[in-house]
Amino acid sequence: MPTDAAPASRGSSGGSSALAARLLAGDRAAVPEALNLVDDTRAPQREQARDLLDTLQRNRESLRGHRVGITGAPGAGKSTLLDALVRNLRPRGRSVGILAIDPSSQRTGGALLGDRFRVRSGANDDGVYLRSMAARDRLGGIADATAASVEILGAVFDYVFVETVGVGQSESEISHGVDTLVFVAQPGAGDSLQFMKAGILELPDVFVVNKADIGAVAERTASELSSGLGLSTPRADGWEAPVLLVSARDGAGVDALVDAVDAHAQHGLESGAREAGRRAGRAHAVCAALAQRYGAYGLERVGGRDALEVRVREAEEESVASLVHRLGQFIEGALTGR
Amino acid sequence: MTAPKRDRPWLIRTYSGHSSARASNELYRANLAKGQTGLSVAFDLPTQTGYDADHPLARGEVGKVGVPIAHIDDMSQLFDQIPLAKMNSNLTINATAAWLLALYAATAERQGADPAALQGTTQNDIVKEYLSRGTYVFPPEASLRLITDMVTYTVDAIPKWNPVNICSYHLQEAGATPVQEIAYAMANAVGVLDAVRARDDVPEDALPRIFGRISFFLNAGIRFVEEVCKCRAMTALWDDLGRDRYGIEDPQMRRFRYGVQVNSLGLTEAQPENNVIRIVLESLGVTLSKNARTRSLQLPAWNEALGLPRPWDQQWSLRIQQILAYETDLLEHEDIFEGSKVIEARTRSLQEEALAEMQKVLDMGGVVAAIDNAYMKQRLVESHTARLRAIESGDLKVVGVNAFTETEPSPLTAAGSDSILVVDEGAEREQIERLDAFRSKRNDADVKGAITNLRDVLKNGGNVMPPSIRAAHAGVTTGEWADTLRDLFGEYRAPTGVTASGRAATSATTQAVRARVDAVSEKLGRRLKLLVGKPGLDGHSNGAEQIAVAARDVGMEVVYDGIRLTPEEIAASARDEGVHVIGLSLLSGSHGVLVLDVLKRLADLGLGDIPVVVGGIIPEADASELREAGVQRVYTPKDFDLTRIMGEIVDLVSDAD
Repeated sequence: MPTDAAPASRGSSGGSSALAARLLAGDRAAVPEALNLVDDTRAPQREQARDLLDTLQRNRESLRGHRVGITGAPGAGKSTLLDALVRNLRPRGRSVGILAIDPSSQRTGGALLGDRFRVRSGANDDGVYLRSMAARDRLGGIADATAASVEILGAVFDYVFVETVGVGQSESEISHGVDTLVFVAQPGAGDSLQFMKAGILELPDVFVVNKADIGAVAERTASELSSGLGLSTPRADGWEAPVLLVSARDGAGVDALVDAVDAHAQHGLESGAREAGRRAGRAHAVCAALAQRYGAYGLERVGGRDALEVRVREAEEESVASLVHRLGQFIEGALTGR
Repeated sequence: MTAPKRDRPWLIRTYSGHSSARASNELYRANLAKGQTGLSVAFDLPTQTGYDADHPLARGEVGKVGVPIAHIDDMSQLFDQIPLAKMNSNLTINATAAWLLALYAATAERQGADPAALQGTTQNDIVKEYLSRGTYVFPPEASLRLITDMVTYTVDAIPKWNPVNICSYHLQEAGATPVQEIAYAMANAVGVLDAVRARDDVPEDALPRIFGRISFFLNAGIRFVEEVCKCRAMTALWDDLGRDRYGIEDPQMRRFRYGVQVNSLGLTEAQPENNVIRIVLESLGVTLSKNARTRSLQLPAWNEALGLPRPWDQQWSLRIQQILAYETDLLEHEDIFEGSKVIEARTRSLQEEALAEMQKVLDMGGVVAAIDNAYMKQRLVESHTARLRAIESGDLKVVGVNAFTETEPSPLTAAGSDSILVVDEGAEREQIERLDAFRSKRNDADVKGAITNLRDVLKNGGNVMPPSIRAAHAGVTTGEWADTLRDLFGEYRAPTGVTASGRAATSATTQAVRARVDAVSEKLGRRLKLLVGKPGLDGHSNGAEQIAVAARDVGMEVVYDGIRLTPEEIAASARDEGVHVIGLSLLSGSHGVLVLDVLKRLADLGLGDIPVVVGGIIPEADASELREAGVQRVYTPKDFDLTRIMGEIVDLVSDAD
């Protein structure tokens, strides 16, 4: 049932509401179709996608999957770490959906996806789902369909991992779309230092120094990170981000990483930080999408960023996609003087 | 007139093996009777990757690209009536090299021979498996340990054996330039030698002998003048490395010893008779210079790009070697390039450039690091891409392919599928029956004891060879041996080397295809997404990689997950990734079974309408069978124009929508 904030749905929403029902029932077989739908740029499909996402948003209590971002420089060992995580979680009966985001070519639109799982894990296992996506629009950022895909996977799987290459700004981009952000540092590569310089040390909730099997260098990187964290101001939500040494190759430290992610999830539920974070993430996504399309001038027409955020908060039953669509139409109307 | 003094010819071999130990033994004895002077054993993919014939991953692969060897009875059958004490055998085996050498040594013992008398080579070069050939099993560190185990074992126990054959062959097949071929081979050898030197169980005085046993396996391309210089440059570099890095004083021990298989990459499917001329010219590059002459030579057959060669095709290649060695005056002269300024200058420049590139790899932490960070792989994929683009644009002329394509009908290929060897489809079933019979007659307690012993020795850091030889005698199978090691070391998947960054269009045709991709993507609502799959055990990923790169460059989203996937995994990935079209690449001749299996599984998932195209060495008779089964397009080596292939794929997707 559309809320009064949303326009009455037109066209065939029967397909998408059936699809939404299947997702909410945890039906894995509905996932590929849903992910194809939210990636589709054709107008009727976009409308169906908005219906689907609105239904999910109304049933947000059922989107149980904990959303975890995995980021770090190329070569830091993100895919191997992800593989180790899957192999750790599956025997415990927890299911995993993975979105692997690849930078795509700005010039051709083409992208090479895959090459994700260095070691095979559970190819015939229905409890694992891997989807790769190209980061099409924003440099270093994540595709618009990503947030929608995270919602869909979160309806069916216990964990949703979003893997993306870290190039500075994208950490803050991805941090808005996930509940827990894991930063994977490469030992000795100096990226921890870059990270501190970039002033975004407060974003990750868990730090991992991968390739702990290489010994002293990894330990030095870990202690650099820890001391860097010690210098920064304590976080408002009271969470202290741990620095963990992990060896994805031999599995050492993976248990501790899972525990840390679970602890952060628990902390988020108890403190209300997860709920607040998801709400803030929605506001950010709507503002970013509108700003990209209509610019600062366009945003001013609807009262600026602050007013927009209030509007998003008030429309709790409406998906990001619907909000962007509805507010976009409003801005267009204002810009064309209609 | 007295006959002039002639040098002894190199070892004359043919890389061969197929179907079964019995069939291969017959082939070997026939080849030896024709004047071949050594053997070169081709193993099938299950044997190379450590699976028995009844393993699910072995399906469709048994006896295809080589002989299946699962246990000591197979090995004994393979060398029936061939006294191993007198033979020189080249075993093309890598991940499971320690096991096949153990079976070989145990077979020699059965024949009553002293293992110390054995002569031959295990290829045992894992680096190029990660980079190009793809039959690796274990992670790099474990693989390096197995290699150094074999080096330290053979230096005393089988002293005339070459435990490691550093292969630059496959690097050239993967697109390496001469500089890359030299540099990565040398860096690879340094990796092995440094690891050997670091072991506690290697006495200082063994190092010169160990250095002296390291041999190489090179490629020889059609640019044969440069190939002469390459061999001379490597000879000089190896001598320098031995003296300067390892302190080897005896010049004998610093001799650069190498065998050769000439280039297959440049053999063409179009006008295939021309390949004979290519093979002759390529042979010159590695035999002309006496000071840098190969120790053994094996030549491909003229029809390799069409399918498996028949015995007659192999005989033709054997005769090339014999005419070169016995009819010409090649072996009567000292080095004919001594004093040539041109050859010297090119040799020197290759040496300098290769040294710099090798140093780059060593500075990164050596070959293992340069595998992990995909540096070498990326360089190779780039070189190969550049080569294919040059052929496509016509800058690089290939006779019969992109130049001088007018031809009379060839009487050599008029026979169709009779002009290649077709492996008996019953080979797999027979091998499984033989395996079952072998398992039922062996002593289970001995087998269990031998496996436990193998595991314990490896866990405690002991040498892999003695417990493996014991396991061979006890009746352990290839799959059981490899499973034991997989348990201990884990399995590895190497980076694919295809980087994510696209390039701008290089030609008008590419731009036209890109515009089509954009248009079709708009119609589809999503960007056109292609799954490139490599089903089966075949690890030759060069073709799949080039398709992936070409598809990306025309603007497709490409999902490529690397090698060795089961049909089930490919179908599941197509569903989960939401792709519009699937391209399968196969080179092992198992296309029938595997492609049909993928089609069936797609249909089972309700994805039967996704168009499937297939590329590989696929004889026309098989291609038409595949098309009948629903494959939309079949591409073979004669389809060199990747942009045209991309255009057809776009059309297929557009029509399917």
